[in-house]
Amino acid sequence: MTADLDATPASPADPPPGTHAAESSSTWTGGLLNRWQRTLPPEKLLPDKQPEYVASWIYVFGVATLAALLVIVASGLILTLRGPAWWHQSDPGHYVNSVHLWSVELFFMFMVVHLWGKFWMAAWRGRRAMTWITGVVCFLASVGTAFTGYVIQTNFDAQWIATQAKDGLNSVGIGAWFNVLDVGQMLLFHVAMLPLVLGAIVIWHVLLVRRHGVVPPIDVALYEEETS
Amino acid sequence: MHALSVLQGDLNQPAHYLTVGPVQISLGNLAVIIIMIILFILAITLPFPKGKDRS
Repeated sequence: MTADLDATPASPADPPPGTHAAESSSTWTGGLLNRWQRTLPPEKLLPDKQPEYVASWIYVFGVATLAALLVIVASGLILTLRGPAWWHQSDPGHYVNSVHLWSVELFFMFMVVHLWGKFWMAAWRGRRAMTWITGVVCFLASVGTAFTGYVIQTNFDAQWIATQAKDGLNSVGIGAWFNVLDVGQMLLFHVAMLPLVLGAIVIWHVLLVRRHGVVPPIDVALYEEETS
Repeated sequence: MHALSVLQGDLNQPAHYLTVGPVQISLGNLAVIIIMIILFILAITLPFPKGKDRS
């Protein structure tokens, strides 16, 4: 097998290995690879330079939100492994539980500052509407994920929140499908479904930012339009 | 006393609420909102440090 490959002489006209397979391929994997390379080439996916205007603190809060999310997921995985008795009764459990809570607080604070920054610079400009929409969906999914976290604490606080929330959710007609008094359902929403949904939308959001680039400030965009 | 405990980070107390007409907000939530506003103002006013490879 390897002898055949080695015996094939390389033509000077051949493109580098790994870059030409999709061009002539009729397979779905080849088509997908071709589309991926056209939509998000490596220099867009992992750029090593950014425009000058990105050197501002307001551009830091998106990645700060991602960093907080990583801490949330890591501490959440530890809590999932050890269980409620551990996080209620042991010192390491209290610590990891607190890390989980405070990383969520930071996550929301960073995300809101990121949201304000992007709102005031109209970040949906330049074909970035889907980037904005996925950000909004991320925010809403995060609220739902945080809420289900509060009702699975397995303490009186969780019971209070759940019994208060059930009336509001029943009044809008979703109590039959989203039952906050069902700890099992809330637990699975919090540790399985919502993190998967949120993770997928966050990845989509970041890939869209890579594809369309970081949004320029309004005055820079106007200047570029005038000079182009 | 409650306000002081919030500022000290003591969350083992009942929340203290500020009430202005129909608006009611806990001191904890108010503190978070104020911190976010301060962060936003600092983010758009403070200069960003210049990196080594930036011209």
